[in-house]
Amino acid sequence: METVQPSEAAGQIEKNSSRPKWGRIVIWVVVLALLVIVGFTLLRNQRGPVQIGQAVPDFTLTTFSGEKVALQDLKGKVVVINFWASWCLPCEQEAADLEQAWRDYQPGGEVVFLGVNWSDTDKKALAYLERFGITYKNGPDLGTRISQAFRITGVPETYIVDQNGNLVDFKKGPFLSLADIKGRIEPLLAADKGSG
Amino acid sequence: MNDRRTMVNRFALVAVMLSVGLAFLLAGRVQAQGPTPSQNITDDEVNAIAKQLYCPVCENIPLDVCSTQACAEWREQIRDLLAEGYTEAEIKQYFVDRYGDRVLATPPARGLNWLVYVLPPVAILAGVFILYRAFRAWSKNAPEPAAGQPEIRPEDDPYIRRIEEELRRRQKSDSV
Repeated sequence: METVQPSEAAGQIEKNSSRPKWGRIVIWVVVLALLVIVGFTLLRNQRGPVQIGQAVPDFTLTTFSGEKVALQDLKGKVVVINFWASWCLPCEQEAADLEQAWRDYQPGGEVVFLGVNWSDTDKKALAYLERFGITYKNGPDLGTRISQAFRITGVPETYIVDQNGNLVDFKKGPFLSLADIKGRIEPLLAADKGSG
Repeated sequence: MNDRRTMVNRFALVAVMLSVGLAFLLAGRVQAQGPTPSQNITDDEVNAIAKQLYCPVCENIPLDVCSTQACAEWREQIRDLLAEGYTEAEIKQYFVDRYGDRVLATPPARGLNWLVYVLPPVAILAGVFILYRAFRAWSKNAPEPAAGQPEIRPEDDPYIRRIEEELRRRQKSDSV
């Protein structure tokens, strides 16, 4: 049997350990990068909806009539953001109450209602608006960007934003009544009058 | 009197004939109206595009097999777009613009989505490489056949000799 001298063996071991080092480093860097991406994505998905007290995500809604409404332009007013869809039966339960609330607050100019139409077709959405006689601004959630920013879990969901752009109340599911809607808005108007 | 009656009769006859002729003309026009453009689009054409899209609301359900009312409306949307002359690529882009990239069965290779296309082949190649290295290491570590090696007799091996001496000594002491 061919014998290997100790010095030759040491050299061979040293060559073997240094040769694939760069490869291992690359592999570990890639694995760590993937873990970071996966972890970041999981954290983002687990965040849940916007919390009360937080500033709501800024967005621009393009209405069905082509008008652009930027949330930041509505600072100083109470904004009621309602996510809905024409195929959503619970949305129908609150449609009339939302419209009535809008008509009651519209003359004062202190409250704005925005309807964000989620995952729907224009034809059915417009038919829905006409059916319930909805007159406040509504527009499609293009690319589902607005709903993703709010991290909604379904429709209907309504977010009530105060005059400073912070979320103060939100309702998952349909409002029970007109009083339910107004009961969440009136304190904000009263607080604003009190501080003013 | 007779002349007047004849004139009235002739007038009535002309009026009736005109009415009948007009009725045939209108009927012909109604019959000439074919199906609306949307009705010319077959379900197969709609589903050929729908199966490349996912329901924007339901999780992981292709649009062509989704049974919800909302999905039926989206399939009708595809039908309307086809009737308007949209191509398959334009319809898919329309859905992406409305509902985001997640409606596509095949995610577009942009942002982090490119990982879906790069990682699997990289993982397979890495696996093949690891297996190759492992097999190579195993074949190197396998003992080589002793070609031309002189046979070592047990009595020449010092350790075997010592073991045999010890065994003989124990046998002697047991017999005593």
